[in-house]
Amino acid sequence: MATHAATPVRYRLTFRGVVAGEWTKFWSLRSSWITLGVSLLLLVAIGVIAALTFTPGAAEAPGPPGTDASNAVGLALAGSTFASLAVGVLGVLIAAGEYSTGLIRATIAAIPTRLPLIWAKTLIFGVVAFLVTAIGAVLAFVLGSPLISGEAIALGIGGDGVLRSLIGAGLYLGLVGVFGVALGMLLRSSAGGIAVLVGLLLIVPGLTGLLPDSWADNITPYLPSNAGGAVMALHESSGSLGPWTGLAVFAGWVAVALAGAAYRLVKTDV
Amino acid sequence: MIEVRQVTKRYGTKTVVDALDFTAKPGQVTGFLGPNGAGKSTTMRMIIGLDAPTSGSVTVNGKRYAEHAAPLHEIGALLEAKSVHPGRSAYSHLWGLAQTNGIPRRRVDEVIELAGLTSVARKRVGAFSLGMGQRLGIAAALLGDPAVVMLDEPVNGLDPEGVLWVRNLLSGLAAEGRTVMLSSHLMSETALIADHLVVIGRGRLLADTSVEALVQEAGIGAGIRVGSDAAERLRQVLAGPGVSVASSADGELEVSGLSAREVGEIANRNNIPLYELSSRAVSLEEAFMELTRDAVEYGKVAA
Repeated sequence: MATHAATPVRYRLTFRGVVAGEWTKFWSLRSSWITLGVSLLLLVAIGVIAALTFTPGAAEAPGPPGTDASNAVGLALAGSTFASLAVGVLGVLIAAGEYSTGLIRATIAAIPTRLPLIWAKTLIFGVVAFLVTAIGAVLAFVLGSPLISGEAIALGIGGDGVLRSLIGAGLYLGLVGVFGVALGMLLRSSAGGIAVLVGLLLIVPGLTGLLPDSWADNITPYLPSNAGGAVMALHESSGSLGPWTGLAVFAGWVAVALAGAAYRLVKTDV
Repeated sequence: MIEVRQVTKRYGTKTVVDALDFTAKPGQVTGFLGPNGAGKSTTMRMIIGLDAPTSGSVTVNGKRYAEHAAPLHEIGALLEAKSVHPGRSAYSHLWGLAQTNGIPRRRVDEVIELAGLTSVARKRVGAFSLGMGQRLGIAAALLGDPAVVMLDEPVNGLDPEGVLWVRNLLSGLAAEGRTVMLSSHLMSETALIADHLVVIGRGRLLADTSVEALVQEAGIGAGIRVGSDAAERLRQVLAGPGVSVASSADGELEVSGLSAREVGEIANRNNIPLYELSSRAVSLEEAFMELTRDAVEYGKVAA
């Protein structure tokens, strides 16, 4: 190997390198920009529209079903459910897309230790999704506030728990993104990942109504979207967890999905 | 150097690779041959650690692939199936891979130029032709300046110019002292570049030999076909030690032991007009099919 050995090369597989590579991969796909843009738009637009259409004492809350119109934060976060879908689906796509395109073979050939891949994807997408949605939540609040300034429910951004709720929305949605990544890596299929994600976040909470009340009361607060959503609520409501407890429970769900994904990545052929 | 030692791979009850054992050495091109479904791709996947062997061991440059500090510097692989995201540009694809192993941007530009992709480097890979996709795969394989280059069906989809390019590239890499291994189901194509042949069928090793030895074993020698109206006279003047002449049809001779040039010169010296003089191509394909016949037939029965 005369010639080859004579050229000293300092290439090295490092976690830093894996993160840098994932960063490049993430931003070099049009779908990343579009989906993040859509998440931001949904959060801001729906939040502002909810504030715009708010009528005190109206029987129906403005915005999509589930909107909490009892305070300004609830109105500003009216778009959070839609944003969670956009962010979660993007998470599934950046993970399962590796498998559907076959890219995973090139990726694993470059990173045969495998696990750094899942941590790098988690880190990058978790942070990006958190930043984008936290900014979106704050923007929705700041832009919506003047529209309801005369109302009883109006609040300043410095109000008690306001910033915690808005940044909490970013934390929750960032974790939803990671949840998507974990499900995508675990199931290795975009369709499967999205189905499970939507099922767990949106459909299962609705199904608890079929259970006996005593069961439902005990289970409902611990379901992923209910637990995670608690951190976005300005006031802790009865029958839901405290903001940080709720977020921790949701982080637990995400951790379980990540552990399953890591196990499958290390143990099975790709 | 790739060392495959008693490797077996089973999927459920199906044995795809069966106690396979061979070595691909530095400085030579190893052709990895077998009919479709022989287990070539699976073996290559095991070499770069995508699949784990059920038993046996595979090492690249003395270590398990995953144990290397810079995997892409040890082995660069092109797998048969596509392994790029169609929405990304060729440049982003290569740069994303390069960063994981700490390979500088400069090297990305180098391999893009080497593969002749400069003009399309910023285009989305989804719009690439089969041949361009293949060139991108080869560029990715060379990214880490690897000691071992392993390509699965590298000339698939390439035009004649591309085929020639791959051939020259691979012999150049081997001449630099690298280990080059390429798989194919086409014997004639492989024989043009390979120094060494590893033939498998149904996951088992059928031959681990040189091209010449394989042809000799199969009992098919090179020969010259000569056509002349004076065939009988030609036969007499060609006769000599180590030369055998047979006649297959009237006015036609099959000569072995002499080159076409020698036959032509002898005929000229003796004023014998020829109307045909051709080297009968050694039918490598025949040798290959002879070798793998059992494997193929069994496959058909089983299917």
